[in-house]
Amino acid sequence: MQRLIAFQTILFKEVYRFIRIWPQTLLPPAVNAGLYFLIFGKLIGRRIGDMHGIAYMDYIVPGVILMSVITNAYSNVVASFYSSKFQHYIEEMLIAPVPGWMMLAGYVGGGVVRGLAVGGVVMGISALFTDLKIAHTEVVVLVFLLTATLFSLAGFLNALFANSFDDISIIPNFVLTPLVYLGGVFYSIDLLPGAWKIVSLGNPVLYMISAFRYGFLGVSDVDVGQAVLVIIEFILLLLLWALWLLRRGTGLKT
Amino acid sequence: MKALSLSELRKVYKNGFKALKGINLDVEEGDFFALLGPNGAGKSTTIGIISSLVTKTSGKVSVFGLDLDRDPDAVKRCIGLVPQEVNFNQFEKARDIVANQAGYYGIRRKQALQRADECLEVLGLGDKRNQTSRMLSGGMKRRLMIARALAHYPRLLILDEPTAGVDIEIRRSMWDYLRRLNQEGTTIILTTHYLEEAENLCRNIAIINHGEIVEHNTMDDLLGKLDNASFILELRKPLATVPVLTGYRLTLIDDHTLAADVPAELGIHGLFDILSQQGIEVVGLRNASNRLEQFFMNLVENDRNDRLPN
Repeated sequence: MQRLIAFQTILFKEVYRFIRIWPQTLLPPAVNAGLYFLIFGKLIGRRIGDMHGIAYMDYIVPGVILMSVITNAYSNVVASFYSSKFQHYIEEMLIAPVPGWMMLAGYVGGGVVRGLAVGGVVMGISALFTDLKIAHTEVVVLVFLLTATLFSLAGFLNALFANSFDDISIIPNFVLTPLVYLGGVFYSIDLLPGAWKIVSLGNPVLYMISAFRYGFLGVSDVDVGQAVLVIIEFILLLLLWALWLLRRGTGLKT
Repeated sequence: MKALSLSELRKVYKNGFKALKGINLDVEEGDFFALLGPNGAGKSTTIGIISSLVTKTSGKVSVFGLDLDRDPDAVKRCIGLVPQEVNFNQFEKARDIVANQAGYYGIRRKQALQRADECLEVLGLGDKRNQTSRMLSGGMKRRLMIARALAHYPRLLILDEPTAGVDIEIRRSMWDYLRRLNQEGTTIILTTHYLEEAENLCRNIAIINHGEIVEHNTMDDLLGKLDNASFILELRKPLATVPVLTGYRLTLIDDHTLAADVPAELGIHGLFDILSQQGIEVVGLRNASNRLEQFFMNLVENDRNDRLPN
């Protein structure tokens, strides 16, 4: 019971943090998504026409929503956890009977809630541009949760290793952003030439976006079952890595 | 019962620096204990290990009979830590900082908020509870750290230089509070650079230097070891030359002020008698430095000399 209360405390603190600074956390994704829908969906999309038999505007909506979930879940955890290291208030938890796995669960939980909140906001914005329908609700919810969990875990690992603010911006800028943009947010990999199509299949984000799009539109570049398995495998990999590092005290204890 | 017991505690950092070289230390329950030492002596490493912030290389730590390796959660519940550096979220309110800390120890939110209010009130921060911590003054931040450390009713409170940078009035009010806390049963371990603070508050003392305990004693016995004391004497009439007195070392600071090193076996009364015989009237007397400071300086100085190459 005491551990549950400790977990609730971390989660509450994390959620309260991003709500308190909502102009920095909830508003920018809404503005960005609105611009994507307006420029790519409405203005350029009109000239592109259909993709897999679906209006381009509708085709990009799931990808833009998931892109917001990915970047926000990641940035929430990396920024919050690194700040706690930088200002040393992570010590509040380290001296308390809060095991590493619970700390991880609390921060990842915060990242997932932020991902869901932003995803909800972006979904709301998309409703201004198109009549959004969900073909497979269970797939949407599952991919939503798994993706937010995966990138929250990734953000946590980034923060664990980070020694400066540069270290928490390198991965999002130079790894995460290219993976997301090349993961089929705005296009189907069927448009790519043979070799690039194969290369794209090595991008885990492609599986998430494709599965998420299947949940909304019923079309996907990859097998949905395989996509969910890929996400779960990555989650397990990062989870075990994070737990091992926490057990060793990497980045936290001297 | 021992509140804290350290046995053969060693810490070697990755760069090979030996911060602790097998220290042994016992602190009895209910004690007000001073852990002193110069900068880099190993005080903060010791405190870091006890409070689980630093991983020990070897040795044993037990708190109220609980082994840190076997039962870390139970040990953590016993300890409250006031670290040297301010370490809370600058954007959180004082009340949330204390309540969250209570939450980490499994205290429900409602009780945690009540406890936060109690702790803030008793440390004179009741009216600041809804201010973000960055808006607080240096002294208030120090008191907030004490309030946070008390959130879960710890039996052992470790204070790592709690009054650094705090003005004398607040420092004294913090002393009063810590004394009261100790009288109520909380064991307190204090590190400080204000040796007057340690002398005033603590009953037992250990001095650590170069990762080794070089002195572990009661405060009274330790001060009893001083073989001389330094005083400043204020004179009624100006003095042109320093009087030469056998056994005492006198220095003229200005024509109305005399510094005197008084050997323990001769005592200050003997000095007064001789000065009086010579027609020198003393109207004021104070310690040149506090006694513990004198002992500490002697110890560190001797240790430095011992380490110099011959």
